[in-house]
Amino acid sequence: MFKWLEKNLPKIVMAPAVGLIGWFVYGFVLWTLYISFTNSKILPKYELWGFGQYEKLWASRKWLIAVDNLLVFTALFLVFCIVIGIILAIFLDQKIRSEGLLRTIYLYPMALSFIVTGTAWKWILNPTLGIQKLFIDWGFENFTFDWLVNREMAIYTIVIAGVWQSAGFVMALFLAGLRSVEDEIVKAAKIDGAGIFTVYWKILLPMMRPVFFTSFVILVHISIKSYDLIVALTQGGPGISTTMPALYMTQTAFHKSQVGLSAASAMMMFMAVAAVIIPYLYSELRRENAR
Amino acid sequence: MQDSLQSSYRQLEQKSKYTNIFLRWFLYLVLILFASYFIFPLYVMIVTSLKTMEEIRQGTLLTWPSALNFDSWAVAWGGRGYGAGDTFLKPYFWNSIKMVVPAVFFSTFVGAMAGYVLTKWRFKGDKWVFLFLLFGCFIPYQAILLPMARTLGVLGISNSVIGLVLVHTVYGIPFTTLFFRNFYVSIPTELVKAARIDGAGFFKIFFKILLPISAPIIVVTVIWQFTQIWNDFLFGSTFSFGEAAPIQVALNNMVLSSTSVKEYNVDMASAIIAGIPTLIVYVLAGKYFIRGLTSGAVKG
Repeated sequence: MFKWLEKNLPKIVMAPAVGLIGWFVYGFVLWTLYISFTNSKILPKYELWGFGQYEKLWASRKWLIAVDNLLVFTALFLVFCIVIGIILAIFLDQKIRSEGLLRTIYLYPMALSFIVTGTAWKWILNPTLGIQKLFIDWGFENFTFDWLVNREMAIYTIVIAGVWQSAGFVMALFLAGLRSVEDEIVKAAKIDGAGIFTVYWKILLPMMRPVFFTSFVILVHISIKSYDLIVALTQGGPGISTTMPALYMTQTAFHKSQVGLSAASAMMMFMAVAAVIIPYLYSELRRENAR
Repeated sequence: MQDSLQSSYRQLEQKSKYTNIFLRWFLYLVLILFASYFIFPLYVMIVTSLKTMEEIRQGTLLTWPSALNFDSWAVAWGGRGYGAGDTFLKPYFWNSIKMVVPAVFFSTFVGAMAGYVLTKWRFKGDKWVFLFLLFGCFIPYQAILLPMARTLGVLGISNSVIGLVLVHTVYGIPFTTLFFRNFYVSIPTELVKAARIDGAGFFKIFFKILLPISAPIIVVTVIWQFTQIWNDFLFGSTFSFGEAAPIQVALNNMVLSSTSVKEYNVDMASAIIAGIPTLIVYVLAGKYFIRGLTSGAVKG
């Protein structure tokens, strides 16, 4: 008995972690999947109902708006974060004075919660006393900036705040990537007469392919899950113009008590994340095995 | 021939010197412009929190306050003292502390043990176990909210700090395991093998050999978990309300409450109070903060 215990001690120690994740992650996802195939309202029902909830979901105008917003947000969020992140990383890599201070400034938003960020930007973007007033007081009398309360434009305020929060992080990833390239490669290229632009454009940036890939996966992941920022900045409004899937899911579950429908929306989010993450994990593992 | 070549070369050098100086200026200009974009909201938050409402209405976002006035900070932290309906952050700040400390401790401990087993006591299929845990880093939490709410209800810990400790501990384990596993992989297994030959057991090896050299990864993990849990809003707002709410939820409620005239100075003071603990950690231990970010920032 004691021998058995000693031999299996590592597995016994491992058991709580595996058990907890097995139950709270895999078990719960399966439960949500099951419920998405039932006609559950306030309380879960367990008879199967087929794909009804998914049909209802994709026929719902609010969900379509949410998906549309997610696509717009993800595209802009990706492009701006990556472009700004690369520019900052390359510029910081030029033996800049007070690099440490600048880096600290670019990255500090990552330490703040989206609620804090949202609260700050909501005040800055508010049409009466915020940026609009700043420009009017500077002499631009007809200046209007009402994106926050404008149905068409409100989604872009979320982009502004989201990019502000996450661009520094992409900068950190690329800076680490650039710093890990051996000096010899750059030196050799310079001896061959390559200018600084050629060195970056033709040699260093193509070498950053894994960093692009990582940034892409992480940013898409952040944007599919974005919830807090919208709650703090617009609550999905004006109207439902800035609803996103994560917000749709919680509202349907906890305010509208449509448990089955919200489970279906959660599973759509789950599949979207899996579509991005599984190839990523696969390639990461292959890289690790190759080492 | 030789001469003309040399002079044209010199000209070229001169020219590239000027372009270099120009490029340098351009570089700093862009870097400073971006720095102001990133600093701007923090600056606005701080000055707004120090102004009176009168000053806010008269000035602009950028105007400096006429005097350092900490009244809104006092109101944000301790309220106005008129009883019911007076919401302020102090109790929720303590809720967050009571939630963060145990959750960080438990998740770090479980992750350290798991990382230790996965690298130094390898067994058949350990890679799959790691993958099994790792996937937990990526799931969108919307897919577990409904059953979690029911489970907390059944356990009788919904709307309590204990419930949130459980939630944060469980969903932190994939990350802490990832951190410790990646750290222990780089530690030579010979060290462990030698100790085993000397008769040291499972726990002795962990506490006497690995734990003493684990300080850097413990710091990374604790900072990561602290920041994530402190800043969480989804779990906090779904599984708690009223008195058990953590600080981010309370902040959001305060800002959204539209009972009286909007007091932007109090809102900004509240936002700073909710952000200060993680900002301090970031400023004091930025290096470890970034290391955690780059190795585990898959969580949104």
